Amino acid sequence: MIELPNHPIKAYGDREGDGMVQMSFVLRVTPCARAREAAKQFAEAHGLADPLVTTMEEAAEGFSYFVVYGHSKHTVNPGQIEVPEVTTVTMTRDVIEKRIKKLGRKIVLVGACTGSDAHTVGIDAIINYKGISGDKGLESYKGFEAYNLGAQVENEFLIERARAVGADAILVSQVITQRNCHKENGEALIEMLKAQGLRDKVICLFGGPRVDHALGLELGFEAGFGPGTKPSDVASYLVDRMCPAYDESPDA
Amino acid sequence: MAKGMATVPLDKAKVDRCRELAAAVASDVQSFIDEHTTVGVERTILRALGVDGVDGEGVSVVNRVIDRLQTARVLGRGVCTFVASELKGGAESIQDAAERLAFGDDVDFAAPLSPEESRRILAPHVTAALARIDEARGHREAFKATLPRSPEPHRYVIVATGNIHDDALQSKAAAKAGADVVAVIRATAQSLLDFVPHGATTEGFGGTFATQENFRIIRAATNEASARYGHYVQQTNYSSGLCMAEIAWMAAVEGLDMLLNDAMYGILFRDINMCRTFVDQYVSRRFIARAGIVINTGEDNYLTTADAVEKAHTVLASQFVNEAFALRAGLKNEQMGLGHAYEIDPSIENSFLLEIAQAQLVRQIFPTHPIKWMPPTKFKTGDIFQAHVHDAMFSLVGIVTKQSIQLLGMFSEAVHNPMLADRYLSLKATTYVHNTCKNLGDEIEFRTGGIVSARAELVLDEALTMLEGVARDGIWEAIGRGAFGDIKRTRTGGKGYAGVVRRSDNYVNPVLEALEA
Repeated sequence: MIELPNHPIKAYGDREGDGMVQMSFVLRVTPCARAREAAKQFAEAHGLADPLVTTMEEAAEGFSYFVVYGHSKHTVNPGQIEVPEVTTVTMTRDVIEKRIKKLGRKIVLVGACTGSDAHTVGIDAIINYKGISGDKGLESYKGFEAYNLGAQVENEFLIERARAVGADAILVSQVITQRNCHKENGEALIEMLKAQGLRDKVICLFGGPRVDHALGLELGFEAGFGPGTKPSDVASYLVDRMCPAYDESPDA
Repeated sequence: MAKGMATVPLDKAKVDRCRELAAAVASDVQSFIDEHTTVGVERTILRALGVDGVDGEGVSVVNRVIDRLQTARVLGRGVCTFVASELKGGAESIQDAAERLAFGDDVDFAAPLSPEESRRILAPHVTAALARIDEARGHREAFKATLPRSPEPHRYVIVATGNIHDDALQSKAAAKAGADVVAVIRATAQSLLDFVPHGATTEGFGGTFATQENFRIIRAATNEASARYGHYVQQTNYSSGLCMAEIAWMAAVEGLDMLLNDAMYGILFRDINMCRTFVDQYVSRRFIARAGIVINTGEDNYLTTADAVEKAHTVLASQFVNEAFALRAGLKNEQMGLGHAYEIDPSIENSFLLEIAQAQLVRQIFPTHPIKWMPPTKFKTGDIFQAHVHDAMFSLVGIVTKQSIQLLGMFSEAVHNPMLADRYLSLKATTYVHNTCKNLGDEIEFRTGGIVSARAELVLDEALTMLEGVARDGIWEAIGRGAFGDIKRTRTGGKGYAGVVRRSDNYVNPVLEALEA
């Protein structure tokens, strides 16, 4: 892993520090010399020096479509940015199973798409046996007892099921983000768990294409998992929190 | 060529006739080549013998030596006899001999030794010169054999930052994104320099200077990337221009895999004298043959100056000529990356079918040659999104007709030299097309009498007619009337003619003799 620079950096075109950036946009102008100049000034207003308008075409009557390249003067210092990240290192299936064995029982979890969300693609990818991209789901592990409740599950029902099966963890997937409904659904679940005195008895994980760890934390979950998350990532996270450390010695 | 793939009708008698005519053209030129040498050739021989370094003014020792012999009007004897003479006269090494020839006060230009004696004195040095090339080849091939073979078409990208260290970084990035071949584009107009710059370079417009040290740096970087990412990345540079033979030798000893190298490109597109080019290309290819390097010929360029529909047959005719020249320099079919391109005006109806016809025709005529498929450039604009689609169609032809090497199109073609992100996106898109259409060519047939078949037949017919004309008039005349790329050149015109020298009766060149043996 290459360490992040701790100094201001520019965009990289083909040489360090060139700041090269491409933008494309539409202006409500007919293509002409003045329109080209307008596109140039528009790019300059975005901090691009020496902008080059490489395309100006009439995309609709009275509208011009532009492609512009230029040198962005802006910098960013990645070393000065704080972003919460799930730091668990993903383990192999073998290690995951061995560590759960040390726990002495299965890890029980329930998962659902809550509220009106009908998109089960995320929760299915994590829990169902098939998994995603060759990474088998939590159902495929001997050490997990996983219940996928599917889509449009109300928070009340999810909690009821979690209580009934004695869940260690609740997985919530939210694909729809219209008017921030994913946040509301997530927050409501946490509030309900607190009201019922269950919050500290269960690990709550939040996942979805517009989710990251910071959002998970903000809504009161233990962690947030974004796009590209594999079942083994989630499995490793749970094992890391719940199971004794794994002894590498051969007789372990 | 894979069994079962879709084919266009091919009249074998016509193909054979084209090869006969091209052979006649090349043989005619070969008799000229065998009677001449050039300043570039003689500098190459000095380098091969082991001469290196620059003087206080930064001028290469090899240039100093050859310029001095040329001024004394004795280069027709070849540099070797003078080196042998200095060795006999007490020079401690080849380098010492060259420095005496370059800077000494008492050089005997009347010279000195018979060809036989020159050969005898230089024999161990000639053996060492060939061993150095063979060793570099062996080393390269052994490393290559440790890594899996990438499927064809090999994905070829270009880096061109001007700074060899940035090039190295970008080569590694391209390797990670899946590139099989990385070429370092040369600085603008290096082809017209009658010397090869020395050392690592960090400034160049439009590309990076080809120097021996730069070759070392970039080769080390791509080897590192090959090992790291688990697939072999081939390294490419340019053996063209006034120093094509010297660069061929540098590539041979620094372990490069491919070289842009064309029998006629310099004449047509860089206005380099044709006598000079024909002699230089021959010697460059002798080194290339020995080193097992794959050449990339430049027929794709014809279609940037001439119309790609009207002049498609000139590409095919030139491929036959390039093949004939390459055979005379000892290259094997497997080393001949004959070039052609997807350059038809995309607004023409069914132009995609014409592109398929040409690509398929070339594939069938040259079944064991690593054919190089070049992307659209001429009709690209600053609309990078449209250009990306244009490139995808080009990639589709590449996989359907099973081209061997595919130079990837860049959506920013009309804007700037490719940036890191441009290559990344191009590799991603090309991999998508190649992977999803992998065996499409095995599943389809071209309808007899259909557009594709008829076009292929027409192009072969026109190429044959053209070659009849070239063979009748000789290549010198044919180039004079603009037969290739619509560009006209004369026999004594162009750059570098002064560097062409008729070999004297006692000319001796044991390095070249060994390569020819």
